[in-house]
This record gives sequence, structure tokens and C-alpha cells, in this order.
Amino acid sequence: MEYFLQQLINGVTLGSIYGLIAIGYTMVYGIIGMINFAHGDIFMIGAFMALIFIILLGLTISTSVAILMLALILVLVIAMALTSVYGWTVERLAYRPLRTSFRLAPLITAIGMSIVLQNYVQIVQGARVKPLQPLISGGFTLMEVTSEEGTFAVNLSYIQILIIVTTLILMTVFSLLIARTSLGRSQRACEQDRKMAALIGVNVDRTISLTFVMGAALAAVAGMMYLLYYGVIDFYIGFVAGVKAFTAAVLGGIGSLPGAMLGGMLIGLIETFWSAYFTIEYKDVAAFSILAIVLIFLPSGILGRPEVEKV
Amino acid sequence: MTSETAPDSAPENAAKHKPAPPQTRDLAASLKDAGLAALITFALAAPIMGLHTMSLPGGGGLAIVPNWASVFISVVVVFVGRLLLDLFVWRRVVQIPIGDKWFRRPGGMPFARHAHRLGGVAGPLLLGFTIIMPFLPFSDRYIMDLSILVLTYVMLGWGLNIVVGLAGLLDLGYVAFYAVGAYSYALLAQYFDLGFWVCLPLAGILAAFWGLLLGFPVLRLRGDYLAIVTLAFGEIIRIVLLNWYQFTGGPDGISGIPRPSFFGLEFSRGDDGFAAFFGLDYSPMHRIIFLYYLILILALITNFVTMRLRRLPVGRAWEALREDEIACRSLGINTTNTKLTAFAIGAMFGGFAGSFFATRQGFISPESFTFIESALILAIVVLGGLGSQIGVVIAAVVMIGGFEYFREFEQYRMLIFGLAMVVIMVWRPRGLIATREPSIALGKRKAISGDLVGEGHG
Repeated sequence: MEYFLQQLINGVTLGSIYGLIAIGYTMVYGIIGMINFAHGDIFMIGAFMALIFIILLGLTISTSVAILMLALILVLVIAMALTSVYGWTVERLAYRPLRTSFRLAPLITAIGMSIVLQNYVQIVQGARVKPLQPLISGGFTLMEVTSEEGTFAVNLSYIQILIIVTTLILMTVFSLLIARTSLGRSQRACEQDRKMAALIGVNVDRTISLTFVMGAALAAVAGMMYLLYYGVIDFYIGFVAGVKAFTAAVLGGIGSLPGAMLGGMLIGLIETFWSAYFTIEYKDVAAFSILAIVLIFLPSGILGRPEVEKV
Repeated sequence: MTSETAPDSAPENAAKHKPAPPQTRDLAASLKDAGLAALITFALAAPIMGLHTMSLPGGGGLAIVPNWASVFISVVVVFVGRLLLDLFVWRRVVQIPIGDKWFRRPGGMPFARHAHRLGGVAGPLLLGFTIIMPFLPFSDRYIMDLSILVLTYVMLGWGLNIVVGLAGLLDLGYVAFYAVGAYSYALLAQYFDLGFWVCLPLAGILAAFWGLLLGFPVLRLRGDYLAIVTLAFGEIIRIVLLNWYQFTGGPDGISGIPRPSFFGLEFSRGDDGFAAFFGLDYSPMHRIIFLYYLILILALITNFVTMRLRRLPVGRAWEALREDEIACRSLGINTTNTKLTAFAIGAMFGGFAGSFFATRQGFISPESFTFIESALILAIVVLGGLGSQIGVVIAAVVMIGGFEYFREFEQYRMLIFGLAMVVIMVWRPRGLIATREPSIALGKRKAISGDLVGEGHG
């Protein structure tokens, strides 16, 4: 029971990170109907941005809590802003010129972009893994059980709280953005019918660009959380994280924002429990198999609408 | 900043969708535009490129090493490049008063028409050259090894071309079938002591079987889902091979895979070897030349089968499916089965190539079957031209040869390779030699340019 509770906490934390990345996939898919294959690498760029600015500001564990919090918020904002530029540029260079082309074309450029981003970071930042000393330590002990095998404590660390709370706040903010603002209205209009939206005066190009910017900003948050949680990143983290986040988006129902979050949570939980109770080597296999199973039995996802093909 | 006039840090891509600017566009506007592009480049490059994180000795964390020179260079290159393009290239294009559609894909139409003729002339010439190549004076061990590698990729490219080029299904996990073929042969040889010639068809059948198994549930879905599922499948196969230590040897791989024999004759030094039987002096080159012809024949079989299949009803159905899935369905074509045949046949050729790879190397490990391999094969098909057989050959020669030639620039070649994928897709979305001519036509043959066809889902 204690073990289960601990894995539940870990799974929710991991799920929050996947959920944040999944939102980027789901928004882009919703609006232009393509898989932004480079999104996982945007997440990786976000993690690197966070790493660079954390080191640049000289943050360590001995920094006082108030300053550390302010500095981390600053780093988060900078990382979000700069990673958004990457998201914007990728869309502008690789996807927009192909918007009228055949369906496979943007998928192929997306793979190209993913390779470019990975190797670019590998060249300019080096291929070695980048370790970061933990910045936030400690936490609450929720439960402590002593048995003959020793003491098992269920911990909820501060960093896990930080990740879950940040995710909840950002989810709320972005849901409101989509539901209430004129940008969100344009996005939903483009999602339904791009040509019609253009006819009634929605700037479609700008809306699509901003969708990519929003997705990249959230991926940057996920990247920073990943960095703080695991303390080590390299240029390759985007690939597997990207596929899993995409799985999350499909599981939750692609195009649906709460679906992405729900899917992310489920994938995080499944992966954590699989590692805890079965084999850690096959945790990726478990996540990928779920993708296949979901697509076969529930192609529109948990919260998605079934797709209607229009001629 | 509205996105219409938004600048762009890789100028060559941006021209296509630039709306015609007013004729009075002057130097100041160009400067402003280039300045914005430079500013964006600065934002992109400054942190990631300019602030290099380096590990401190002794595991004491990371330190920042500034590297402003390369940031400065990239900003200047983008500024000057954008300015020059804006002043001299794009201006000329937009001044011609026809709709800008004509300028989006320069030369798309005429090129496609020549492709057919190019294949007709260059094909036999190339084939003749490949047949006599081992006996030409410059063919040493190194050249032959490289040629075998190129031919392996040509075969893989042709195999994938059936799936991507003809049927229009994006398969990102083609390397999985290559791995299935390689491991089928290696494991059958290890556990049942079977020879290459028995295992070759078995490997193909097993790969096709996996193709069916994977394709059956997934091919009912939309195309993009297929891409991601095949990608996941490729990873699953690799992870299983890596972790199933007792059966596959895990990361250590399988070594000592038997070499192929020439009608029962081994390429060995002994009295019953190939050289002794034909009264030749023993030379290790014999095996290399044999392997060369083996993969050449396998590749040609792939090509021949593809060309014949294209004329059969199922091939025509593939091409129709690629163009418009909804129309196919309304004409009564069973789309799932049609896709499945393409998928399985493509997988089968991947399996053949895989077992050839195993026998050539004598050693295989999961490291040879990573995602990047799939991406490479896909790039060969895409850059050569979807559906074009000769294009695949040219792309394989250029890419594998180029990879070999730029061996010292190991780090940069993947970067260039990714960039090439993007640039060629944007510049010429149907590949360098794009053919969308139907293999069989009623009456007059018509080349279809990719730009003229609005494609449906599928």
C-alpha cells in the first residue's frame, strides 16, 4: 500500500511533464492536422535553455529560498520565451511553405527538423549528458511504515509539489486562454474550418504561428521540470519523451486539451507502475504498446470526438 | 509584426509564400526585413550556441563557456543572405505578373516529364556499369565494400518505395523489418544450423508476417497514425532485441553468422573451396565480389517485382490509393487489404535485405537498427522522388557516398542530412525526380504535378 502510494505520487509527477508536452501535440494536430514530429526536440531545447540560465544565474542549493523561487520563475519565463522562438521558426521554415502540399510532405520535413535540432544541440552543446546539482531538496513524509525489512517512507518532495502545482496553474491559464480570449476563439475557428475562418477575417497564419508558440512555451516548462526532477539531460531526451507525449495526446483524444492532460497522467502512471511492478527495461515497450492498443480499439481517444472525413 | 511580413532565418525557404509586396519596396524595407531576420537568429543562437555548458573536471557540475564568435557569424550570414536574396532574387520573381503559384515549385512539371525518359536511358547504362564494375581496375576492396553498402540501401529504398512511394503510407519503422530479417537468419543459423539459402526466403516470409501482424489493426486508421505506430514498433523491436538477453544476446549481438556459399562451395582456402574448385588462386576478393552480385541480384529482383506489380490491378490500386483514398473507397477498392499487401511486400524485401546484411557482416547487434536508420532509408526514398525507381538509386549513391566522403565531419553530416530533407521537401516536395505518372494509363499518358492535385485524406 505504501509502495503503491509512493508510485502514485511519482506517476502523477511524470504524468504532468508528459501532459505539458502532449498539449503541444494536441493543439497543433487540432489546428493543422499534422503530427509535429519536432515537438519532442523543442522540449529538449527548452530543457537546455533552462539549464543554461540556471547556471548563468549561478543558482545552487545554498541560494536562499525566496531568491531561488524568484530566480526560477525568471528562468522559466526566459526559457519559455526563447523556446517559443524555436517553435515559431520551425513552423515558419518547415511547415508553412508546405501547407498546401501533399499530406506526407510536412511530416517528412518534421522528421528532418527533428534530426536538425538534435544534431544542432549535439554540436553546439556537446554529446555528453549534462548533470545539474539538485536545487530543491527535501519534502514531506506522508507515511512511515516499519516492518522487518526496514522502514519505508512515502515521500512527497517539494520538487514534485512544484511540478504538479505549476502544471495545474498553466493548464488553467491555457484553458482559459482558449476558452475566453479572442486568440482562443480564432484557434477554435481555424480548427473547425480554416478556409471559412480566413473568409470571416481570422488571420489564419498568425493563429497557427501562435499555436506553435504556445505549444513550444509549454514544452519549455516541461523541459525545465524534467531538468529539475531528473537533474540530467542530453540532446536525445526529446525523442522518447516526444513519442510518449504523443501517445498521451492520442490516448486522451487528439485535439482535446483536457484529454492531453488526462492522457499524460495515464501514460505517466502506467509507465511508473510498470517499472515498479514488472520490468524497468520494458517500460517504453509498455507505453508504445498502449499507443497501438488505443489506436486499434479507441481511435478517437478518451475525450476526443470521432473524426468525420469531409470531401 | 504580422506573420505575412515576418522575416525568416533561412531565406531560401521563405520565398515561396511571400505575398507580392508593393512595387515600391525599397532598400529601407529590405534592410528592415533582414534586420528582423538577424534579430530572430540572434534569439535562436545566443543561448544555445553562445553559451556552451561544459562539465567541470572532477564531476563538479557545469560551467558556461561563452562562444560569441559563432553567434556573430550566424547572425551576419543570415542578415547578408536575407538582404541579398530580398534585393536580387525574390524581387525579380514577384514582379512577373502571373499568380505566384507558378513560382512556387520551379520546374516541377517539365522535370517530371523527363523523369520517365531519364529512367529509360540511364537505367540500362547504370545497370551495365554495375554489372562490370567488380572487374574495373579501380575496384579495390574499399570501393567494393562501399558499393555493397550502397546496393543494400538501394534495395531497402526500393522496398520502402513500395510502401511510401506507391501506396502513400508513411512507414517510420522500416528498419524493424530489416532487423526481423537479420535476426531471423542469425537465430535460425544459430539454433537450427540452417544455411543462408534456406533462411533467405524464411527471413522474407517472417518479415512479411510481422508486417501483416502490425499492419492489420493499424492500416484502418489515418495515415499519420500509421507513421507514429510504425515508429513505435521499430523502437519496440529494438528494445526487445536489446533486453531479451538469453535469446538474442542483447547488446552483445550475435556473432559467427555463417557466410553464404556458392552452390555449396565455401569461399575458403581449403581444397573444397570456391577457388580450388574453379582452379583459381585463393583470394578474399572472391567472397566480396560474390556478395556484390548477390545484393545486386536481390535488388534487381526487388525492382523487377515492383515494376511488374505496378501493372497489376493491385499496383494500380496502390497508386490510386496514394492519390485519393476516399475516391478509392467509393470505387469499391478494399483499402485495408490493398494497404496491407503494400505493407507486407515492402516488409518482405526489408527482410531479404536484412538477412543479406547479417550474412555480410557476420555479426549483428541492435545498434544497427536504430531509428536513424529508418530515417535514412526514408530520406533516400523521399529525396530521390516518391515512386521513382531511378531516383532511389541516385539518392542512395549520393547519400551513402556522401556519408562516406565526409567521414571526418561525422557530427555535421547528420545535421546536413536533416537540413537536406527539409530544404528538398520545401523546394521540390515530390523529390528530385518526381514521378506521379500512373504506371498504366488509358489513352494518353499525363504527368501530374504534385501542385495541381489537391489531395484528400488518407
